[in-house]
Parts: sequence; structure tokens; C-alpha cells
Amino acid sequence: MSVKGYQRKLDLENGRVDLSHGSGGRAMAQLISGLFHQAFGNEWLARYNDQSAFDVTAGRMVMTTDGYVVSPLFFPGGNIGSLAVHGTINDVAMSGARPLYLSASFIIEEGFPFSDLKVIADSMGSAARSAGVHIITGDTKVVERGKADGLFISTTGIGIVADGLDLSADKARVGDRVLVSGSLGDHGVAIMSKRQNLAFQTEVGSDSAALHNLVAVMVAAGGSGIRVMRDPTRGGLAATLNEIAHQSELGFRLHEASIPVKPAVAATCELLGLDPIHVANEGKLVAIVAPDLADAVLAAMKAHPLGSDAADIGEAVADNRKFVQMATGFGGRRIVDWLWGEQLPRIC
Amino acid sequence: MKYADEFRNKAIAQGIARAIGAEVSSQRAYRFMEFCGGHTHAISRYGLEDLLPANVRMIHGPGCPVCVLPASRIDMAIRLVDRPEVTLCVYGDLMRAPGSQGQSLLRAKALGADIRMVYSTLDAIRLAEQAPSREVVFFAIGFETTTPPTAVMIRIAEKKRLKGLSVFCNHVLTPSAMHSILENPKIRDTGGVPINGFIGPAHVSTIIGTQPYEPLAEQFGKPIVIAGFEPLDVLQAILMLVRQVNEDRYQVENQYSRVVTREGNRRAKDEVSQIFELRAQFEWRGLGLVPNSGLKLKPAYAQFDAETRFAIHDLRVADNPACECCAILRGAKRPVDCKLFGTVCTPETPIGSCMVSSEGACAAYWTYGRVRDEPLRQTS
Repeated sequence: MSVKGYQRKLDLENGRVDLSHGSGGRAMAQLISGLFHQAFGNEWLARYNDQSAFDVTAGRMVMTTDGYVVSPLFFPGGNIGSLAVHGTINDVAMSGARPLYLSASFIIEEGFPFSDLKVIADSMGSAARSAGVHIITGDTKVVERGKADGLFISTTGIGIVADGLDLSADKARVGDRVLVSGSLGDHGVAIMSKRQNLAFQTEVGSDSAALHNLVAVMVAAGGSGIRVMRDPTRGGLAATLNEIAHQSELGFRLHEASIPVKPAVAATCELLGLDPIHVANEGKLVAIVAPDLADAVLAAMKAHPLGSDAADIGEAVADNRKFVQMATGFGGRRIVDWLWGEQLPRIC
Repeated sequence: MKYADEFRNKAIAQGIARAIGAEVSSQRAYRFMEFCGGHTHAISRYGLEDLLPANVRMIHGPGCPVCVLPASRIDMAIRLVDRPEVTLCVYGDLMRAPGSQGQSLLRAKALGADIRMVYSTLDAIRLAEQAPSREVVFFAIGFETTTPPTAVMIRIAEKKRLKGLSVFCNHVLTPSAMHSILENPKIRDTGGVPINGFIGPAHVSTIIGTQPYEPLAEQFGKPIVIAGFEPLDVLQAILMLVRQVNEDRYQVENQYSRVVTREGNRRAKDEVSQIFELRAQFEWRGLGLVPNSGLKLKPAYAQFDAETRFAIHDLRVADNPACECCAILRGAKRPVDCKLFGTVCTPETPIGSCMVSSEGACAAYWTYGRVRDEPLRQTS
């Protein structure tokens, strides 16, 4: 599309989004072509359609969608843009699928700086490129000041899953092993460290990362022996395992001492009265794996950079109450329940 | 984690557990109340009951400020924040505390009340500075530990002339509550469950010292051991209590000597006594009206007292009649003895006080303790 007539250039340094950028007029076209297409650039967007067509191969596709409302928008280890790409890629990948395409929808508050929007769009573009995924369609809306907290992003992801793979949270079996891909609680602690009324110094950054390549090596090692995969985001490991316990109608026994937690995360949680197993992650996965393949899958995880701290933390057990239990480092036992109430709103 | 891991050492824990096992007499039952939610949490979080002999039973006491806050005070806070000019600052775990008829601050917030979750009194000061046209009310709650920060906040407000800042004061006193539990006829006459000793507060005692417990130990003949909140602290305190019971002693002993003194923190106590005075009585959920158990601001600080400032008067609200919190807080019943426990009363929808905060007896039992219904006992 060529925009005819004089138009002031987008001032990416000092300019701000105003209501005209969501009005469907030329200002919006300029924002899309001058900022989003620059950041995401690909053959689909270059055709300027309201949708994008792509070829599909035979097989099963997966689709997921997620909204991102994280506060603050920028945090150690990432921003809402990279998070919106990684999070949705991971939801696709947890089915064992290879993610292919994303859509991105932006709800922007009037007055939002172009400079921030550019940084966010650029990090989305770069997160997508390094993951080998394309953002092929999108939408932009601008709302009045005070009607959104800066910026909300929704992304939808589509991927293709290999024949014979059918991961699902109702497929865990008694005796299966519980594997995690690395240290828990990093994302939540990184976000908390930047909250206005909680600000503290920490070297912990968000673990936000795209996990589909890690998933690919796991699938190669374990195939259909991998029964369930989930990324433990809000509610952390505890929520994820409780969900799987309910869907698979069994219980879990964990060993606290084998759960990887960084010392800085443990210390922060201690200070704030939180438990790392309730704190959100954005670049970790939990896999429930058949016992005979667990060692092979764990070895494959450890050989991948995103799984170097992977660990076997417990097993699925028969339990009609569907309890997740943990042997404490102290020699006692306790229940690992869902977190109730809101530990921290708007973590992702 | 330094200064924490040392007090969570498994081998030492098992050593103390063995010592407790060797000291207890199989002929008697030992029932100890840990007063504080912090202790309840440590016992549950580390599974300490798995390490204790079967005849040593821990009774979870009322030492969780959110839990003992009666519905009437929540209703009063909601009335306060119904005023359009009021911004109410509360700690997060108060949000779900049940008022009457299913009301809570969380619901009030959803209906449009200006309620902010804060982490300290400093947040309230910041809000008052940022919004001088608002009436910023700090929902002050807690035992003797959290009273000094409230006092400091009032001092700062005075100094900075923050005319919009005030305090809804719900500070309560630990020794009065212990007195009320021990005076309960069910316990006094051993018609209910007798308590053989107390694990006394950790953080509260850093402020008030060990001295205020001495008359209680003397008057009621119950040993009290002040203990820290780490699991080894709790185990050691249990051992000290077992020894006192075996030797028929009833003294105040200080396990938490790395922090607590007999006199306490004089400066904090002075600050509190300059700003606060005793209420004739204060309502506790589960214990009812307890004489001399609550604090209010002195008349000289009335301008900072939200109750005076907004003419909010005491309300009376009846607790749910089926709720056993009263008996649970007094150690006469266990959470599982309550018909509401785990049915309509869960951490998501708490009816009684003990389910409200994670430090409450029922919530701790719900979160950590349900496995104990099964006979499996860890031996390794």
C-alpha cells in the first residue's frame, strides 16, 4: 500500500500514540507500516491484507491464544513483547507441536510513547525470528487515556504436531516421573523486583524463552512416552501439577530437595513469604514421562541449553483424592495445594 | 540461604526429635498450643508433626491477626471505604477476610471502592503524599510486632503535616488473648482439652520481651517457651516444654534468645505507649469480647484516628453458628471436627477466621495437613 499525499513522519523518539492511530485512517496505516511491519517484516505482512493465507501440510494442527497484561511492561530479562511471543509459542509447543505462525493484537492506551512501542515491537520481532515463527496478522486498537494500563497484547499461535503424538493433561499414569526443565520462580521474582511498592535489588531476570526446540529434543528422545507437558506460568509448579492430578485422576509425590530453585529466588521468596513452587515461570516446562523413558528424556533436556538444570522431582502415584504431596527437606510431608487468592496480579 | 538453612537442618531436627521421643513419658499426653500463626506455618510447612511422638499434640492458637479480626471490623472498614473520599490501604491477606453476609474488602473493591493493597505503612504515607485531596486510611492490624510501625507512621504524618492520613486501628495484645484462653472455663476446668504448655510468640516477644508472660505462667501453672519461627526453633521449644511438664515446672523460658530479651525493645514500647492506649475491650473472632486486649489512639492523636474522624461506631455481628473457630482457636476442637471444614469453608471461600489467612489453623491444615489422615509415617 502506498500512502499518498503529505504525511508527517512517525516521530519514533518523542511521539506518542493518539486516538487517530486506532481510527482506521492514514495515521493507523502509518503506525502499522512504519512500526509493526518494520519490526515483524515478512512476506505475509507485506501483502497488507486483513488476514494471511498459508499452506498446511497433512496432519494435526494446534492453536492457542493468550492475553498479556504484565505490569510493569519492561522487566529484567524481557518485556511484554518478548513475553507475548514466548508465552504463546510455549503454549503451542506443550502439545509437542512445532509452532509456525502467530497473530498479534495490540490494545494501546492513548499517550503511549512510540519509542516504548518500538522497543516492544522490535523485541517481538526478534523473539519470533529467533524462534523461527512468523507474526503474519495483527490488529491495533487505541483506547482513551485511563482505559488501559499502557499496552495490552493478545497473541494467537498455530503449530503442527507430529503423527503419533497426543499429549494431554489427562494422560499421566501411576508411576510416571515428573521432570522440570530448570530452576523455578525466576519470572515472578523478576517482576516483583520491579513493582513500585515492592522494589528490591536482585540479579534474577525473567526466564522468558521459547521452549519449542527443547520440546523437539525431548520428543525425539521420549516420543509418546511423554504423556503431558505444561509450562508452569501463573500459580507455578503447584498449580500445574494440581491441574494434571485432577485431569489424570491421580496424585503426585515430590521431593522438595530435588526441586531446582536459585538461591536468590529462594531468598526473595523467604523475605516475601512466598513459596517458589507457587511463583510464575515463563521459560520452564513440566513433563510427565513414562518411567522407562524418563532418564533418556532427562538426559536430552540436560544436553539442551534451556534444560541444563533439568531435574526429576517426583512421581505420579495412585490417589483418589488427587493430592500433590511433597516430602519436605526436613523429613516431614506436606500437601502442595493450588495457591488461593492472588499472589501477585498481572504477572504475565 | 545463610541464617535460614542453619535452622532447617534435617540431621539436627532428627536429633531433637529423638531427644523428645526419649523424654516423653508414654503414660501421659502432652498438648501444647503454639500461639502464633508463624509457628503453625512452620509446623505445617516442614511437616514437624511427623517427627513428634503420637502423644505430643500441637494445638493451633489464635495468633494470626487476620484470623481473629471479627466480621464487625471488616464491616466497619467497608463502611469507611464506602465514603467516596476515602482510599483504604490494607495488607493483601485482609482482602478475603469475611465480613457479615458474604461481604469482604475484595468484593467491595470490585464494586468500586478505592482499596489499595500495600506492603508497609510507608506505602500509605506515599499515597497520602501523592493524593493530598484524598482521605487515606491505613487499616492497621496485628499484634505487638506491627504496632510500632503504625506508631512511626503517625509520627511521620504529624511531622509532614499529612492532613489526609489516618489509621483504622485494630492492634491487639497477645498476653490478654492468652489470658482469655486460659480463663475459659472449658480449659480451666479441663472439661475441654487441657493445654499443658504454650510455645510463646517469636516476633511479638522481640518487642514486649518475655516478662509479660511471667504472671500468666505463674497464675495458671502453665510453662511457656518463647520460640523462633524456624523449624528447629519449634522442635527445641517442644523439647523444653516436655522437660518442664515432666519436672512439674511452669516457667517462662526463652528459646529465641538470639533475638528476644526479658525487657524487649524499650524504644518501640515507648513509642507505642506515647501514641496508643488500651481499649476497655476488643472483639476477637473466636474469643468474643476480651477485656484490655486492643489498642486505640490516645485523644491527643484523635485527628489520626479514622474511627473518630469518620464517626464509625462499633458494630456487632454474629458469627456463623456452625463455625467451630471458637473451639479450634481455644484448642478444644481440631479443624476436621468442624462440619464446615473443607465443605463450604475452604481457603477460596472462608467462613471462619481460621480459614482466612494461610497462618490460620484451618487453612494451614487444609494446605499442608490433610495427608496426616493417612497412617503413613516417614521413617527415613
